[in-house]
Amino acid sequence: MDSFTFGVTMFIVGMGGTLLSLFFLSLIMGLIKIIFPYRESKEKGGKA
Amino acid sequence: MIEAILSALKTFISGFAALTIPNIVLIGVGCLLIFLAIKKGYEPLLLLPIGFGALLANLPLTGLTSEGGLLYFFYQTGIVTEIFPCLIFIGIGAMTDFGPLLANPKILLLGAAGQCGIFLTLGIALAIASLPFINFSQLDSVAVSIIGACDGPTSIFVASKYAPKMLGAVSVAAYSYMALVPLIQPPIMRALTTRKERVIKMEYPEKTVSKSAKILFPIIVTIVTCLIAPMGAPLMGMIMLGNLLKESGVVDRLTKSAENEITNVVTLLLGITIGSTMKGENFFQVRTAIVFVLGFIAICLDTVVGVLFGKLMCHLSKRKINPLIGAAGISAYPMAARVVQNEGRKYDTNNWLLMHSMGANTGGQIGSIMAAAIMISVIQGLGIV
Repeated sequence: MDSFTFGVTMFIVGMGGTLLSLFFLSLIMGLIKIIFPYRESKEKGGKA
Repeated sequence: MIEAILSALKTFISGFAALTIPNIVLIGVGCLLIFLAIKKGYEPLLLLPIGFGALLANLPLTGLTSEGGLLYFFYQTGIVTEIFPCLIFIGIGAMTDFGPLLANPKILLLGAAGQCGIFLTLGIALAIASLPFINFSQLDSVAVSIIGACDGPTSIFVASKYAPKMLGAVSVAAYSYMALVPLIQPPIMRALTTRKERVIKMEYPEKTVSKSAKILFPIIVTIVTCLIAPMGAPLMGMIMLGNLLKESGVVDRLTKSAENEITNVVTLLLGITIGSTMKGENFFQVRTAIVFVLGFIAICLDTVVGVLFGKLMCHLSKRKINPLIGAAGISAYPMAARVVQNEGRKYDTNNWLLMHSMGANTGGQIGSIMAAAIMISVIQGLGIV
């Protein structure tokens, strides 16, 4: 594979893939926060 | 009799006689690294053993780096098998608090933007590689560009895979530039932001992340990222294992071992082994100079794109995000986060950006591993190796 094709492929797939993966992860993290919200009493060891 | 004595005495000077100029220069470089580690405090945990490893490797006739030698053994066991960088990641995971990132997940995007330098530098490296008088392959270009991850173990992992001969130069460049982040980043941050942007205050809602979320985070990240880019599993798996140990709260002994004993032992062995790859005959080449120049460019580009992405997020969030935190989207943890904090406070002493920049910085750690993992997967997918 020539260097130009390799570079462009790597930029599009590599950078795009990294951005999309992390965007996807950020959505999942937001979801985890919604499903498991912080509850002060529970986090301090008391009853929720 | 006299002949026997003379030949026996010759053994005392054989080491001096076998010294070459590249050996002497590299011993000097090793001493310089030791000086920088001790006197200037530049990444001493790594630069000191690296410097001493370089010194040992360039002393002739010791047999340390030839087959059967001690440093050869370390190299074969720890670097060729990729065990050292992976073990280091267990310690990093155990020492990292992803809480600030979980508190504001969208900051993870800054961790992605901060990896742009890797791919832009790869383009520059490939352009250089196409020059007829430079012996630089596509895989060499990949190994150099990964310095933009601003992450020592990731750089070592990729370089040892694709360009083992450049491992010493890539590692030293990566760790040196990580140590120089406080000098490299601020001018770029100031050039790309206005005073008004630098004084933007960001709210930090305290205690918003539950223990369950913190425990689930490493498990889910491992599953998702390893399904997307399976080749990155050794790195991502180990950092998330370390983090799970810490967040679970039930394996204190293992967490402490990961943070201290494992990290300390492996850092020492990793450093001395990397240093041992800096041998005169391998190091004095045009490609070494290219590694250092491109490594610097990679980290500058990371910062530029990170800050520009921060500006975009600032605009989209109606000035709720300080664009300076974009510079922390690299993996130099926690150095880059502290640089952002210091830079913000220069313009407003009451502007506390640390928790946000820590979030971006931990995002940068995940981003750098993800970028490397995707790179490795794409290279395999394209059939280049």
